[in-house]
Amino acid sequence: MSTETPEVRRDTRTIASDDILVALGAAAAGVSITALIFFWLAPFSGLLGFVLVSFVMFLALYAALVWLDGDGPAVRDRLVGAIVHGIAALLIMALVFVVTFTLFKGYKALVHLNFFTQDLTKAGPLEPLTVGGGLHAVVGTLEQIGLALIITVPLGLLCALFLSELRGGFTRFVRTIVEAMTALPSIVAGLFIYATVLLILGFEKSGFAASLAISVMMLPIMIRASDVVLRLVPGNLKEASLALGASRWQTVRTVVLPTARPGLATAVILATARGIGETSPVLLTAGYSAALNTDPFHGPQVSLPLATFTLIKSPQPSVVARGFGTAALLLGLVLLLFIIARLIGGRGPQDLSKRQQRARTRASARDVTRFTKRAPRLQQEENNSE
Amino acid sequence: MTDALVAPEQRRRLRPSGGQDRVFRVVLRLAGTAVLVLMAMVGTFLFTKAISALRAAGWSFLTTEEWEPDSGRFGIAAVLTGTILIATVAISIAVPLATGMALYVSEYAPARVRRILINMIDLMAAVPSVVYGLWGFAFLQAHVIGLARWLSTYLGWFPLFKVTGSDPRDPLATETVYTSSTFIAGLVVALMVAPVICSIMREAFSQAPIGEREGAYALGATRWGMIRSVVLPFGKGGMIGGTMLGLGRALGETIAVYLIISPVFVIQPHVLQNGANSVSALIALRYGESGPMALSALMAAGVALFLLTLVVNFAAGSIVARSRSGAESEA
Repeated sequence: MSTETPEVRRDTRTIASDDILVALGAAAAGVSITALIFFWLAPFSGLLGFVLVSFVMFLALYAALVWLDGDGPAVRDRLVGAIVHGIAALLIMALVFVVTFTLFKGYKALVHLNFFTQDLTKAGPLEPLTVGGGLHAVVGTLEQIGLALIITVPLGLLCALFLSELRGGFTRFVRTIVEAMTALPSIVAGLFIYATVLLILGFEKSGFAASLAISVMMLPIMIRASDVVLRLVPGNLKEASLALGASRWQTVRTVVLPTARPGLATAVILATARGIGETSPVLLTAGYSAALNTDPFHGPQVSLPLATFTLIKSPQPSVVARGFGTAALLLGLVLLLFIIARLIGGRGPQDLSKRQQRARTRASARDVTRFTKRAPRLQQEENNSE
Repeated sequence: MTDALVAPEQRRRLRPSGGQDRVFRVVLRLAGTAVLVLMAMVGTFLFTKAISALRAAGWSFLTTEEWEPDSGRFGIAAVLTGTILIATVAISIAVPLATGMALYVSEYAPARVRRILINMIDLMAAVPSVVYGLWGFAFLQAHVIGLARWLSTYLGWFPLFKVTGSDPRDPLATETVYTSSTFIAGLVVALMVAPVICSIMREAFSQAPIGEREGAYALGATRWGMIRSVVLPFGKGGMIGGTMLGLGRALGETIAVYLIISPVFVIQPHVLQNGANSVSALIALRYGESGPMALSALMAAGVALFLLTLVVNFAAGSIVARSRSGAESEA
């Protein structure tokens, strides 16, 4: 046995080096052939067409090259791999383009610091960007979403706890209704508040009405997301707590909520992001004003998405630039919320930070001393029973 | 030891949760009831308001194309068809993109890239619709005309792609017939819902059991063979559910559509041609009209849209629940 040659270590890499060469070769050939067709042979033009034809050419050549030393399944595997990569690149590029387009266009308005300190009362459509800004919209957005959160967070979390902690026909019924209401188009939520609060109860268009409309839209989303998170809390944790003699409330307070905390925070923050960006309910209920209005209960109050929507339709370039500025601010706000959500929700319940780990160690040490204090008595009882 | 077993165990007093728990339960029940009442109020209010319009219009509400509530001639035939057309265009573009992206993220991407991409997709799903609408309005509208003209020139034999009033051989022909169309609105909505669909599909794909994946590889499957025989069948429920959820979002989208289309009140089946409409855009356009009849008619249109999204959402929910996806979550 020992005379045999030592076993050669196998190559476990999933991509062989000649695969890369084949892909590169096919890509180069595809682009070249397409260039030949576009610039010499046929009267085609257009960047999009060029990219598409290149990709199709690349796929055909790649398949042919792989087929030279592979069989049918290998060819199909490589083709699907190439298509999946292409689609992923396309979608990512398109999405990144949407966001950077807005940020890039909004940059022109955002570089003037007055954009953050002034409203639009003095800025007529022909004023340059050095006059006027989006302060009123920022204030409006923050106040409206704040009011909406005051309504939805307590109600939403309690209702989610209700759905996940209690059983019975009533709970199922409420869950069905909440799930149905997540399908409510946001414009219909706005229409509801418009018809009830504004027309029947006679309130004027205001930030408060807008926050009510946002709440109607956000509440089902938040409840549903929190309910999913709460139901992910392992059943054996809850049962362990109940078996130790804790009441339901204690179990919820000390086991369920801490375990689900990151997920709940994420649910709340993502629902907030949806609420902040939703234009249609605000369009019907908030009214439009170019002036700063810090009182959400009286008078029209504009928010960032609504300001974007209104300004962008103007034919004046400087007004359009302001619209892009408010859109960029809105995007920044959503991005900020999203990052906060990820920072809070990024860790699972077992994944502790250094400080949390030290706290756990201290608690555990306390438990040890508590147990050792009681240990002699337990020892004695054990001896007695034997 | 034996004594301990034989000795009659004293029956434990199972204290049904004390006062604290009773309060806790009552508070939870109150919150649940409050939400129920609120939601039921929204629903019943919309329905009761809508009924007066429906009574006035009768069955012609479903077949009339015009929208003139004050003269009693109004119906959702045009706007509902428009909504469905926009959503269909959006879904047929978004689903292949989202599927490819989800497969890339869950099967092909290296671990480090995967985490970044997952975060990016989720962030894109949270980007406000007005930003997508803005992009469609300020950029896409002007740049997609070439594609629209190409499609109508070479695929015009397909009835949906036909464009009337334009001669592709005439280089001086006006290009405005290709703007503000169902196709452009659908394209923008597609980009909007693609991250939503993708994130659900990815979730479903990544839950395909590792044992079956390795089994497929051990039997000699290529990566695509493994995906086709394990990941796709396993994630089918998630794929359909995600698609339906995206469809629900696409049906209800207002602002992106409103910014792009130029509303028409006839059934416009030529998706590449100027002129489109949707229920939500109609509401955003006409809500300011005074008069209880006009408002009630808008409510009826809103209720019709709500019923449509409701059916789509519940179908999605039941399909996702019945699929194998997530079967392992209760370990």
